[in-house]
Amino acid sequence: MSKGKYGIHGGQYTPETLMNAIIEVEKAYEHYKNDPAFQAELTELLNDYAGRPSRLYYAKKMTADLGGAKIYLKREDLNHTGSHKINNVLGQALLAKKMGKTRLIAETGAGQHGVATATAAALMGFECEIFMGKEDTDRQALNVFRMRLLGATVHVVTSGTMTLKDAVNETFREWTTRVDDTHYVLGSVMGPHPFPEMVRDFQSVISREAREQILAKEGKLPDAVIACVGGGSNAMGAFYNFIPDEYVRLIGCEAAGKGVETEEHAATIARGSLGIFHGMKSYFCQDEYGQIAPVYSISAGLDYPGIGPEHAHLHDTKRAEYVPITDDEAVAAFEYLSRTEGIIPAIESAHAIAYAMVLAPTMTKDQIIIVNVSGRGDKDVAAIARYKGEDIHE
Amino acid sequence: MSNPNNVNQISRIFADQKAFIAFLTAGDPSLQKTEEFILAMAAAGADLIEIGIPFSDPIAEGPVIEAANERALRAATTTDKIFAMVGRIREKTAIPLVFLTYMNPIFVYGGERFFATCEEVGINGVIIPDLPYEEKGEIRELAGGHGLDVITLIAPTSQDRIQMLARDATGFIYLVSSMGVTGVRSEIKTDLAAIVDDIRQVSKTPVAVGFGIATPEQATAISKLADGVIVGSAIVRIIAEHGAAATPILSDYVRTMKAALV
Ligand SMILES: Cc1ncc(COP(=O)(O)O)c(C=O)c1O
Repeated sequence: MSKGKYGIHGGQYTPETLMNAIIEVEKAYEHYKNDPAFQAELTELLNDYAGRPSRLYYAKKMTADLGGAKIYLKREDLNHTGSHKINNVLGQALLAKKMGKTRLIAETGAGQHGVATATAAALMGFECEIFMGKEDTDRQALNVFRMRLLGATVHVVTSGTMTLKDAVNETFREWTTRVDDTHYVLGSVMGPHPFPEMVRDFQSVISREAREQILAKEGKLPDAVIACVGGGSNAMGAFYNFIPDEYVRLIGCEAAGKGVETEEHAATIARGSLGIFHGMKSYFCQDEYGQIAPVYSISAGLDYPGIGPEHAHLHDTKRAEYVPITDDEAVAAFEYLSRTEGIIPAIESAHAIAYAMVLAPTMTKDQIIIVNVSGRGDKDVAAIARYKGEDIHE
Repeated sequence: MSNPNNVNQISRIFADQKAFIAFLTAGDPSLQKTEEFILAMAAAGADLIEIGIPFSDPIAEGPVIEAANERALRAATTTDKIFAMVGRIREKTAIPLVFLTYMNPIFVYGGERFFATCEEVGINGVIIPDLPYEEKGEIRELAGGHGLDVITLIAPTSQDRIQMLARDATGFIYLVSSMGVTGVRSEIKTDLAAIVDDIRQVSKTPVAVGFGIATPEQATAISKLADGVIVGSAIVRIIAEHGAAATPILSDYVRTMKAALV
């Protein structure tokens, strides 16, 4: 029977060669998620090692400048390794340890998930191999070196479009070759069950904290929560504990690249259709024959032709809204947040900032927006300079 | 359930002999050549042909077949054009034909429409690497309704799942020889005999072994413990090397491999 369904989405569309490995992860996760000792160990890692809880910061200047809703920033950029990815990685690495695995493999787009995985591997004594598309090793060169510094081997993927989806393909292939001692640390709320659920649970610490923090600061819940969506893990984490609060708008920002009217975008909800790929039924950018489309975004982390199945369901049920944000809008927001608040966001996160800049002025001063700043932008500085026509070398 | 006449179509090739099953990717280097290759391999003694419908992201394939998928798609191969090619082949040969493709090309084409067209052009079964037992419910009825077998794959890691999978199998069972993706291997370490034994306890469906088989020696060894031998990457590599001129080389290769079965 099909498992891990979100409405019509989700499932376990994975080769028989991997089914036992996936069932093993599923069983281990079912066991440890309810184990207080496991949860205590994870909380200690998240707090003492990764620096949680992350701050909920009132962006006063940005609020005043935009002249509408009060804007709070959930500072996932301040986590150790510089993004939300560490939340999921520490959870999965701890699980892999309990399962007796000795080797971690992972895909990465922007390199943030690869860096987080390499970090956890160094900390907990795993062998580590990271798969990254050639396109991305070029535009995120700094992160490639960080991973190597942490002791990981980085494999440059030259198949297909040489971006995140191809890195996922290659990591699945590698896992098929060696399952006994290896855990695949999937980096987003995607793939076959139990990954979408497990990654969401590990990321939901974001909204668990944010909900408490906003209640403490404002005595009420926000009117909107905004996050960028690649596979959708930081957004799922930021949305999850607000889902029952129906008046809180949940808004995911997809990468529109050069515009949703062009063929150079990664806007899955705006332009995709129902399909089955990377282990899940969900929405994908694809052609009439089900060939996955090459996608494009300035942001390597959002440059993915699909979206996690729980987001697809939140879209179907209209509980969440998804908006496309172009490269130009994201770059403008990247610069805006840097100048206005002294915070350089990841170019991925800048997609969420960009929509807050559109939405806030349409709201009243007693309303509240929380924007999830999923990561910091150091890794993007050189690429943004190139985008602006300045040739700086890392 | 599958149409019994059709089950016979595929099972029949195992009735009084060991079967040689050849795989190639449709549209590499062109559909016209694929048609020629299939007819040549059938004439040279292949008992069943697996026709790969190319997919942009074939996650169960190694570099050789992955590259063939890319070449075929660059040559503008589509599912509709492949159906038309199969229709032409069917006028010339009765050899059982099975599609190998991923879930997405089938799902997006429309399951009912896909299998109805398969029946119309004369396809006898499908192999879907990313469709495990758990998700098969979605496809089994649709395919069976049009007389197609959905071929069951069993892997070295299937362990406790083997009998559950085998009980459900029709047409033939595709036993994956070793872990990893498709590709030529110099050595196969899996205890295939033990897996075949487990299968035999619950199912009479013929078992063919694939993944990594390239040489006549390997074919001989495998054919001693299974009902058939499946060769993919070695054939695709011949096509990659010789392109449009591959036909006589494929014929020789298939003849040699078929003769090696015992
Ligand atoms: C900072 C940052 N934000 C967002 C993402 C997108 O991933 P997701 O949608 O899973 O949060 C990435 C991925 O690399 C990232 O590095």
